[in-house]
Amino acid sequence: MRASLLVLALAAGAVLAQDPALDKRVTGLAHELRCLVCQNQTIADSNAPLAVDLRNQIREQLARGASEREVIDFMVARYGDFVLYKPPFKATTLALWLGPFALLAAGALLLWRRLARRRAPAPQLTEAERARAAKLLE
Amino acid sequence: MRMAWVVAAFAALVGLLAAGLTRDPREVPSPLIGKPAPAFELPLLHAPDKSFSQKDMLGKVWVMNVWASWCPPCLVEHPVVTALAKSGLAPVVGLNYKDRREDALPWLQRNGDPFQLSVADADGRIAMDYGVYGVPETYVIDRGGLIRYKHIGPLTPEAVRDKVAPLIKELARAG
Repeated sequence: MRASLLVLALAAGAVLAQDPALDKRVTGLAHELRCLVCQNQTIADSNAPLAVDLRNQIREQLARGASEREVIDFMVARYGDFVLYKPPFKATTLALWLGPFALLAAGALLLWRRLARRRAPAPQLTEAERARAAKLLE
Repeated sequence: MRMAWVVAAFAALVGLLAAGLTRDPREVPSPLIGKPAPAFELPLLHAPDKSFSQKDMLGKVWVMNVWASWCPPCLVEHPVVTALAKSGLAPVVGLNYKDRREDALPWLQRNGDPFQLSVADADGRIAMDYGVYGVPETYVIDRGGLIRYKHIGPLTPEAVRDKVAPLIKELARAG
């Protein structure tokens, strides 16, 4: 029983490993999709049963001739944008994508204003002030 | 004056982060809300020669509970699911997820079977169509076959009282 299982596993392995180009596409896609069970891993990195199922699903669909786009759409339709490791650029994610740049710009503006103030020439003294200063220095 | 600005900005940041901490990152909003329940035709757990389809429930408000005998939180929520089914608000259908019949049936015998029926999704394919990523999950489906609500994780008495039960009543009234 055990021996026959081993043979079966080896045979399955051989079949799965037959197509390196397909393997590469599967791995590529798996790296772009989030594992929903262990949320900070991609389904390529995760060994959660769901991640295994989803990898198999990707392989099956690609083998059937689906494009990368179609596989991604399949996943998003079921699990939402959250499944994408790289969030899409749209209205609800504007703050996410542009926020860091806005903060950087605000910081740069603040710094520029501060430096400009520091660089401003010393105020000109009036004749009266000049006289008073000269007196104090004597 | 400048100090007040800094304090205000810091307070705003703390508020934002505090609000973020109260949210559960495991609760991923489902894109399926408001969409038709994905179609399936699966064998019954108790009678594998018979099958059940989501179409059989058209015209009824119903609840689908995804469970498995290997899933400890399913055991935790089982009394809540049982109470919901017993309340008679809506029929509760079980989707037995990636389980073996010889494990699932004794589990129901031991813990009670609140389900109108359970279907066997042995390879988890139908659950994948429903965006299941952690059992247990619970769906409320309306008369038109649209998914109206999805609860992720064990169903709690509070969730039933505040969300599921009022929604079922509202959907039933809406005719």
